[in-house]
Amino acid sequence: MVRMSETSIPATTSTEVEPVLSVRGLRKVFGTQVAVDDLSFDLLPGRSVAIVGESGSGKTTVARMIVGLEKATAGTIIACGRDRSKPARRGAERKLRGREVQIVFQDPYSSLDPRQSGANLIDEVLRVHHDHDSAARTRIVGELADIVGLDRRQIHAMPRALSGGQRQRVAIARALATAPRVLILDESVAALDVSIQAQVLNVLADIRDERGISYVLISHDLAVVRQLTEDALVMQRGVVVEQGRTVDILDNPQHDYTQMLRASVPGPGWKPQRMRERLKSAQAAAAKP
Amino acid sequence: MSIEILDPVAEAEEAAPSRRRLRGLGVIGWVSIGVIVLALLLAIFGPIVRPFDPNLSDLSFANVGPYGSHLLGFDGQGRDVLSRLMEGARTTVLGAGFVALIAVVIGTTLAIATAWFGGKFDATVSAGIDVLFAFPGILLAVVAAAVFGPSLFSAGLALAIAYSPYVARVLRGAALKERSMAYIAALEVQGFGAWRLCARHLLPNISSLIVAQGTILFGFAMVDLAAISFLGLGVQSPQADWGVMVAEGKTGLLQGYPLVSLVAVLCIVAVVAAVSFLGERLDAGSRDVRR
Repeated sequence: MVRMSETSIPATTSTEVEPVLSVRGLRKVFGTQVAVDDLSFDLLPGRSVAIVGESGSGKTTVARMIVGLEKATAGTIIACGRDRSKPARRGAERKLRGREVQIVFQDPYSSLDPRQSGANLIDEVLRVHHDHDSAARTRIVGELADIVGLDRRQIHAMPRALSGGQRQRVAIARALATAPRVLILDESVAALDVSIQAQVLNVLADIRDERGISYVLISHDLAVVRQLTEDALVMQRGVVVEQGRTVDILDNPQHDYTQMLRASVPGPGWKPQRMRERLKSAQAAAAKP
Repeated sequence: MSIEILDPVAEAEEAAPSRRRLRGLGVIGWVSIGVIVLALLLAIFGPIVRPFDPNLSDLSFANVGPYGSHLLGFDGQGRDVLSRLMEGARTTVLGAGFVALIAVVIGTTLAIATAWFGGKFDATVSAGIDVLFAFPGILLAVVAAAVFGPSLFSAGLALAIAYSPYVARVLRGAALKERSMAYIAALEVQGFGAWRLCARHLLPNISSLIVAQGTILFGFAMVDLAAISFLGLGVQSPQADWGVMVAEGKTGLLQGYPLVSLVAVLCIVAVVAAVSFLGERLDAGSRDVRR
């Protein structure tokens, strides 16, 4: 099995620019179960990295560790030059971290407080982080609504009155309110239907072009990965099996598991039977020491 | 985009979630509200507008039935029953309200704290709550009366402490569920503190359950307080109280003059039943009002 976690991201810019997010030897153990093992990557400003893999491969655990919802068993996470491997002790440190890395979750239905409109939510986030007066906050709420493509009525509506796609736009606006350098998208478009998915992806692509924000895209959808990222990691059972440029990985997968993932995308001539055989051989390969 | 158009019905319902909850009350719910409002008005204004002095005794009128302006007649000591009912509404209703309020405040605090911090804190407090469960409320009130002397305050406080585990147990589950929602995690990532998250986001989202719990407890508290007063460990005779009136009427009951005990019991039953029906409906409403 090829272990590529030591391989750094392509060397085009890595010498002169400091990464906004740098993960080294990240490991998470739940009881006796190793959820993530020895994961390392660098994320450069304005670039995006994808973490792909099937359900249960440890992708979401990586995301939760980066934002501090889960404590890493071992390894370091450095965002914007500051170490965040240990839980934040003080409120000021927590807020500071909130301005560095933000996250958009998968489920648009549980990720908004049912009793708070998008405008109120963003207003509250701004009040917690900054000393803006109410006029300034209203202006920023309007700007964020424009960026994510919500009209005045939608941003002031309660979540119950919004569709899944609209809620996810509110969640993106909330994440952007603190102007983070890194945005983690944890299957953020997976729960949306395809046309809405495309709209939200376009919004995300535009935001990146305008703000120079970096994405960590966690997805099992290879089409989404290709559209949004330059670099990618493939995870299987908590271990990175392939790491490199997205284009190379998707067009010329080296590892059996990546080939299997790639072949799992339904297309012309796609047969479940053939998939099963590939899955078996990939699992057999992974089981080998 | 047809998919993104706002649903006008959903929006209208959004405008008034509380109104939607009230619509589901039905006839019994509205009658219950009427009874409760009447009881509250009596508790507030009863002692002011009562027709006669509730403690003015004239033994020549003992156990005389409804007579002239004395609409409910006299009790065994010749006191006006209607005036005593109106006077007693205050201690009975407000006493139960006080018990329910204290129990809900203690129970909610414990529930949110255990759900939020989890781990050892949760295990320790939950074990303490299990121990408290073992004590019946009345027993605790009797002990309190023995230690602090019989009074409405000590009995009420003992009941409130005895009830709080029930609130804590029910609300802890709801708070745990809310705690695991992604919006709480998202706000944690924003750097929000525990205090703000609990007070501004978690608490409001379990508030309908809190109200329902409080309403149900109010009914229990009224019955238990009346029982304690009946035993002579709560409100002290001759002060008017519905539980005291049931106790005072029991000699008349044996002599064939059941009116005093009967009207006092009817008042207790009416208010308790109304509160229970309403609590049940609010509880059911709180379940389908969300999402």
